[in-house]
Amino acid sequence: MRAFTYERASTIEAAAASAASHPSTRFIAGGTNLLDLMKLEIEVPTHLIDVNGLGLDTIEKTPEGGLRIGALVRNTDLAADKTVRRDYGLLSRALLAGASGQLRNKATTAGNLLQRTRCPYFYDTNQPCNKRQPGSGCSAIEGFSRQLGIVGVSDSCIATHPSDMAIALRALDAVVETVKPDGRRHAVPIAEFHRLPGNTPHIETVLEQGEFITGVVLPAPLGGRHIYRKVRDRASYAFALISVGAVIQPDGTGRVAAGGVAHRPWRVEAADVALPQGARPATAALLADARPTEHNRFKIDLVERTLGAVIAEAKG
Amino acid sequence: MLNPTQLEISRRNLLITSAAAAAATSALPLSAAAQTSQTETELTSTVAFAVNGERRELNIDNRTTLLDALREHLHLTGTKKGCDHGQCGACTVMVGGRRVNACLTLAIMHEGDEITTIEGLGQPGNLHPMQAAFVKHDGFQCGYCTPGQICSSVAVLEEIKANIPSHVTTDLTAPASASAEEIRERMSGNICRCGAYSNIVDAITDVAGTRA
Amino acid sequence: MKFDTPATTNPIDQMKVVGKPIPRIDGYLKVTGQAKYAYEWHDASTPYAYGYPVGASIARGRITSMDIAAAEKAPGVLAVVTTLAVGERKKGKFNTAKLFGGDEVQHYHQAIAVVVAETFEQARAAAALVKVDYAEEKGAFDLKEAMKTADKPADSQQPDTSVGDFDAAIGSAAITLDEAYSTPDQSHAMMEPHASIAAWNGDEVTVWTSSQMIDWWRADLATTLDIDKEKIHLMSPFIGGGFGGKLFLRSDAVLAVLGAQAAKRPVKVALPRPFMINNTTHRPATIQRIRIGAERDGKITAIAHESWSGDQPGGQLEAAVAQTRLLYAGANRMTAMRLATLNLPEGNAMRAPGEAPGLMALEIAMDEMAEKLGLDPIEFRILNDTQVDPEKPERPFSHRNLIGCLKLGAETFGWSNRGKPGARREGNWLIGQGVAVAFRNNMMLPSGARVRLDRQGIATVETDMTDIGTGSYTIIAQTAAEMLGLPMDRVAVQLGDSRFPVSAGSGGQFGANSSTSGVYAACVKLREAVAAKLGFNSDDVVFENGEVRSGNRSVPLTEAVGDEGLVGEDTMTWGDLTQTHQQSTFGAHFVEVGVDVATGESRVRRMLAVCAAGRILNPITARSQVIGAMTMGVGGALSEELAVDTRRGFFVNHDLAGYEVAVHADIPHQDVIFMDETDPMSSPMKAKGVGELGLCGVSAAIANAIYNASGVRVRHYPLTLDKLIGKLPDVA
Repeated sequence: MRAFTYERASTIEAAAASAASHPSTRFIAGGTNLLDLMKLEIEVPTHLIDVNGLGLDTIEKTPEGGLRIGALVRNTDLAADKTVRRDYGLLSRALLAGASGQLRNKATTAGNLLQRTRCPYFYDTNQPCNKRQPGSGCSAIEGFSRQLGIVGVSDSCIATHPSDMAIALRALDAVVETVKPDGRRHAVPIAEFHRLPGNTPHIETVLEQGEFITGVVLPAPLGGRHIYRKVRDRASYAFALISVGAVIQPDGTGRVAAGGVAHRPWRVEAADVALPQGARPATAALLADARPTEHNRFKIDLVERTLGAVIAEAKG
Repeated sequence: MLNPTQLEISRRNLLITSAAAAAATSALPLSAAAQTSQTETELTSTVAFAVNGERRELNIDNRTTLLDALREHLHLTGTKKGCDHGQCGACTVMVGGRRVNACLTLAIMHEGDEITTIEGLGQPGNLHPMQAAFVKHDGFQCGYCTPGQICSSVAVLEEIKANIPSHVTTDLTAPASASAEEIRERMSGNICRCGAYSNIVDAITDVAGTRA
Repeated sequence: MKFDTPATTNPIDQMKVVGKPIPRIDGYLKVTGQAKYAYEWHDASTPYAYGYPVGASIARGRITSMDIAAAEKAPGVLAVVTTLAVGERKKGKFNTAKLFGGDEVQHYHQAIAVVVAETFEQARAAAALVKVDYAEEKGAFDLKEAMKTADKPADSQQPDTSVGDFDAAIGSAAITLDEAYSTPDQSHAMMEPHASIAAWNGDEVTVWTSSQMIDWWRADLATTLDIDKEKIHLMSPFIGGGFGGKLFLRSDAVLAVLGAQAAKRPVKVALPRPFMINNTTHRPATIQRIRIGAERDGKITAIAHESWSGDQPGGQLEAAVAQTRLLYAGANRMTAMRLATLNLPEGNAMRAPGEAPGLMALEIAMDEMAEKLGLDPIEFRILNDTQVDPEKPERPFSHRNLIGCLKLGAETFGWSNRGKPGARREGNWLIGQGVAVAFRNNMMLPSGARVRLDRQGIATVETDMTDIGTGSYTIIAQTAAEMLGLPMDRVAVQLGDSRFPVSAGSGGQFGANSSTSGVYAACVKLREAVAAKLGFNSDDVVFENGEVRSGNRSVPLTEAVGDEGLVGEDTMTWGDLTQTHQQSTFGAHFVEVGVDVATGESRVRRMLAVCAAGRILNPITARSQVIGAMTMGVGGALSEELAVDTRRGFFVNHDLAGYEVAVHADIPHQDVIFMDETDPMSSPMKAKGVGELGLCGVSAAIANAIYNASGVRVRHYPLTLDKLIGKLPDVA
């Protein structure tokens, strides 16, 4: 870990301005992924802005009937919130499927969105990785890629986004609220928040340097059955091989998003449309143009079978 | 029983050694503090928090994790470093009553916090009920993950009381229970490679007053 | 004392203390965080410095240059010791790959420098500043490729065995099986990372470390550093797990000693977790072929087991065929093992080396064969039980009650309720049951101890034996208490110090039986000394309730030993009873699993182990050894695999997030039953080991249960969902 200077932010605007003025700054909240990466010198900030004192830790109803979730609401608290449990079960379920009790106690809503990939080559600084070191090459495409992406991948990168929470937010059409370094407020639909790797896999979101996430807004509740099914080798405390998050209405219509398959939470409009026809057509739409490796080809079948189980559960 | 002289023997040996080492170090330049420049000052911070009810103030490198502050600066080595990356749970402590991985948080981020470590739960001769239950049920073997398991399990029972749900909670709108299945899921962030899980769950359910 | 005739009645048979479920005597230290592990020895007046290792970033080649200028100038840095500066070193007797020294890189993350600084944070940051240039060389990393050119190793490794005419017998057998199986590279992944503190005092060095084998380490450290063994003092009283990974000297100790020498300060070094897996040893992968031929009645007439594994040049086989030579009857049999050269990190012993991966394959094959024969898999195994070494029928087993384990297990587990493959379903779960046999040889190593009985009536046992979680402290205290007629709270035990008599150490499940036998021998000496001092006839002397009695004379021990106290010291050595008799431990594992019909995820629902392992010295600690091994077997069956990058030559998933061991949620309640037995051939304790037995066969029982649940036979570990889903029933 390289040495860094440290400040505790007093206001959001000051935090954003300070971050924009130091080129190598990171905000730190829960720190559960950032410090992990700093120890390995994958993240090398020279300045840390501790934002834990900024509040932003409440969950409030919006005038539109939705919920505004503060950026610093801890994953545990978000999952345990009564309204979230009742009206946005998918979000509770996704959060609880992730990490461990200890990590959820620290991890925040904004930090969870900004998690970086768990690709093992990204984590090993001796190995080429376009995400860590642009232009160095991708070790994973012809290497060990069992957990990695099958759709939306590029020749530069097949990493996946590791968040469970983000899959739920994607299915729920959340909006990410930010403050730009110049103080302007901004709102980004979750669909546009994370980028595909393309030939710039090191750029993972649409955030500008210093842009600060203040919260996430959920639209009014959708009703229906909320199901998050995470598939992994061991029963807990593991990243998803794949996951399926769905909200399914009594008439069989609904929405579906998948995790563990792409560089961002993966949702395709055509898949939602095909959902009433069953798992096979919905998966065909969801994973159209999939480009798996020999190690992760099984994920296509796995998504379809898992979605089949999710649909059956929703009916049951 | 273990003979306490074992510790004394080792200490005596170390004292002999350290006398020689101290002589050797006197030839080295003065300590880092004496040569600290302005930038270096900014790379360290002062932080004060309470550990097991006792106020502790440290001036430390900004990079110091809460785990290393406890182990290397306060010599509270009951909290273990198993992976240093949030992948094992051996470093579990409670901050403000909530369990966290001490390896993934900086000490300087804990100004004013109340921290509880295994040493604060109980001591030889005055064990916390959870510590006693771990002995009774042989909820450990090598003992290295044990302080983390115990801190975590004490917090788990509080989380259940506070109606925080888990991945295996069937009904999100119903109160949480301390069933064996719930405990297993909630304890999954604490890895035990010796494989004492079955006994650990027995110990926790014993304390919780539920049957495994 | 030499144990060369079967044990007769001795004081241990009283079983007043030995055999009792006594909680660990070191338990209170472990649950309060007071047990001090290697990195935690602390003295307030000692100016410790911190060493951080640098590892090779290539798998094979030579270092052409190292630039340490930036690291040396970094804040707080006291010394940078490089492999080039240190130069070629002799290798420890037990190490295959070198630990440090010279320009050759033999594997990824081999230690090539240690940076010593005032603080851990400074050392870690400076270590990242070391720049290295390499001349990279091609290596072999893929066992499947390398097995084509694998060699027959030296005869000492027993690569080939043959009895009868296997080819003819398999050719004429009514029912045959010929299948290939594979097991992956596995990591010990003990919770305490390898760690050492080294402190020099003149020309002597004290090393607090995490070692299963004090004397082996001490000797190999002396060899590696070219210093007199007597100048090294090793301390390892608490060890945070080992599983074979801490049998042999590791780089942390070498780096700490050299770092301390260079920095002229005591230095602490712990291997960072992401560095451990490639820096240290692992259980090598195997590719195995098993052929079995039987008559229609189920009697095996031919059995063959072949195995291929790889290792660094000069390395060893993973002896996966070992159990097949002894486990089942059959007149015509052969085994063969071949060793490929691989430039992956060093393969070496991990819990039950040989038998663990061997039984992962053999016990699936037995399940398959039973099905072909239309026999219950338990019945098939009972039919082929043997009470003699099948290769040398004149050589009996010392004691073998495998059939008892299978029968009692079947009854307890409810085996008769097991259905046909794929027949039982509850919701999304396909439910199945599996059985497999556990088998592991019983080994003994010489083991010494010293027992001091003082004026206060306290017996203090000193031995360099280690307690890696096994319960050594407790069973050694029980042994001394039984031998000396003392209550447990009058016995103190000190372990893991090289100043104490050399013991067996912890490994190969030889530790409990060997080390308590050493304590037995020392106690016999002490009893003789007490008797001699009192002028008692040592033949009829009784030690009981803190007194020593002979005839009608009775003297309190506190009085008998006098002001100076008395000491007994001895080493147990072993005769040829392991040659005249085959000594092994036995068990049966029963497992119920659920396989998710949609995803193929397999989860264990119930587990039972029945073990026959001689006298159980402490049923609490022995049970913990077995449940721990069962847990490791769950990981081995379902998730553990070091993923090899065959182009760049390293284990990719080198941390605890990537290498998935079992967590709480994977493990149901576990039951263990010990057969009530003794084995007088094994030692005066009449005990054998259980710590490795508990692992042997578990993974195969799970694999067989998955087959019974799903109808899908998987022969390649781990049994991850991707190997199942293509063959599961349609759910869409």
